[in-house]
Amino acid sequence: MTSGVGSVAGLAFDLALGGLLLATALAAVAGRNLFGGVVAFVVYGLLASLAWVRLGAIDVALAEAAIGAGLTGVLLVGAVARLARIGAVEPAPTAPVGKALAALGAVGVAGAIALAVLALPEGRPGLGPEVARNLEASGVENPVTAVLIVFRGYDTLIESIVLLAALVGVWAASLERDWGGLPGLRQHARPGGVMATFARLVPSIGIVVGIYVVHAGAYAPGGAFQGGTILAAVYLLAAMAGLVEPPAVSRLPVRLALALGPAVFLGLGVVGALGGTFLAFPEAVAGTLVLVVETALTVSIAATLALLVLGPPARPSPGGAP
Amino acid sequence: MSALDLFSLAALTVGAGFFVAGTVGLLRFPDLHTRLHALTKADNLGLGFVVLGVMPHLGGLLPALKVVGVWVLAMLAAGTAAQLVARAALPRRPPPEEG
Repeated sequence: MTSGVGSVAGLAFDLALGGLLLATALAAVAGRNLFGGVVAFVVYGLLASLAWVRLGAIDVALAEAAIGAGLTGVLLVGAVARLARIGAVEPAPTAPVGKALAALGAVGVAGAIALAVLALPEGRPGLGPEVARNLEASGVENPVTAVLIVFRGYDTLIESIVLLAALVGVWAASLERDWGGLPGLRQHARPGGVMATFARLVPSIGIVVGIYVVHAGAYAPGGAFQGGTILAAVYLLAAMAGLVEPPAVSRLPVRLALALGPAVFLGLGVVGALGGTFLAFPEAVAGTLVLVVETALTVSIAATLALLVLGPPARPSPGGAP
Repeated sequence: MSALDLFSLAALTVGAGFFVAGTVGLLRFPDLHTRLHALTKADNLGLGFVVLGVMPHLGGLLPALKVVGVWVLAMLAAGTAAQLVARAALPRRPPPEEG
């Protein structure tokens, strides 16, 4: 990079980026209609991921772009479309008092976080050197992956279970008669149309990129969450173009794919507990175990995210009783 | 400043010019289809010139090819999205067309 963070050009870029972040955040919460707010939110997410790149946190930038902007954006667009379909009207604007209270609360939280950050003692390196010292024992070269899977495996394990619980919540919103059927409404796309052609062309690239991002997580920015999201997006593209029909949610392979990641992670954790520490990997095979956990998590994350976007079961499966 | 730098400067300037033109079109054109036209055509060309401008400075053939890949994918996605938006904005006829 020719314009480092210290230079004038770098400073100008960062100031513009910060200003745009504030403007899009404001547009997302203060916009006049829901759809405009969602669009502003997606733009905000992409700008935030640029900001993470500027801070050198490529792993976070990837996650923000794929999950924060991309997947959450699709979920929100779907929610807006659903509201329109069931004829919901946009709520009347909040009373000024309510707005003022909400703004005060938001400013309070932001201020408290800013104070906490500013109160950190200068020149303290944090836990970085600690991670660097123990990196070899983790079996991977990317410190972020080492923290996520090995040093702080708890957090990642619970995240993957939270994701599963969210999907159970979405499925619980289905009607009794649709339970166990196909998720979401039927997709309408012209066979041979632009969407169908695009959805035939892109997966060959998307699948390679998705698997590469998961594998690269061992030594470079990447990992199960980012790669899994890319794979989910590829599947959703094919589903929205009507090229593949999503499976009925009651089918065993679907359930197995959803549970694989948390189950493998938890199982290895229990094995570690028998050897002394829950979620501890023996040093000699840590690298292999990280790859096993990442692969299993990728399958589950991709399946869970894709089914989250498709929505609760809403159609009977073609074979009759599931 | 070397000849390569001058080439990059020229390409990036032309690229930025196309982005500005696309943005002006987006703001000034009268309806959705003309605005879409300005946005996708001009911006894709602008991105192409920006890619051309940064290519000599990436330190190798492979990184240079990667940004060309980014440009091709961006064009593919923008072209598809533009078609879908344009079709969705057409007046509805019975039976309704694909959205």
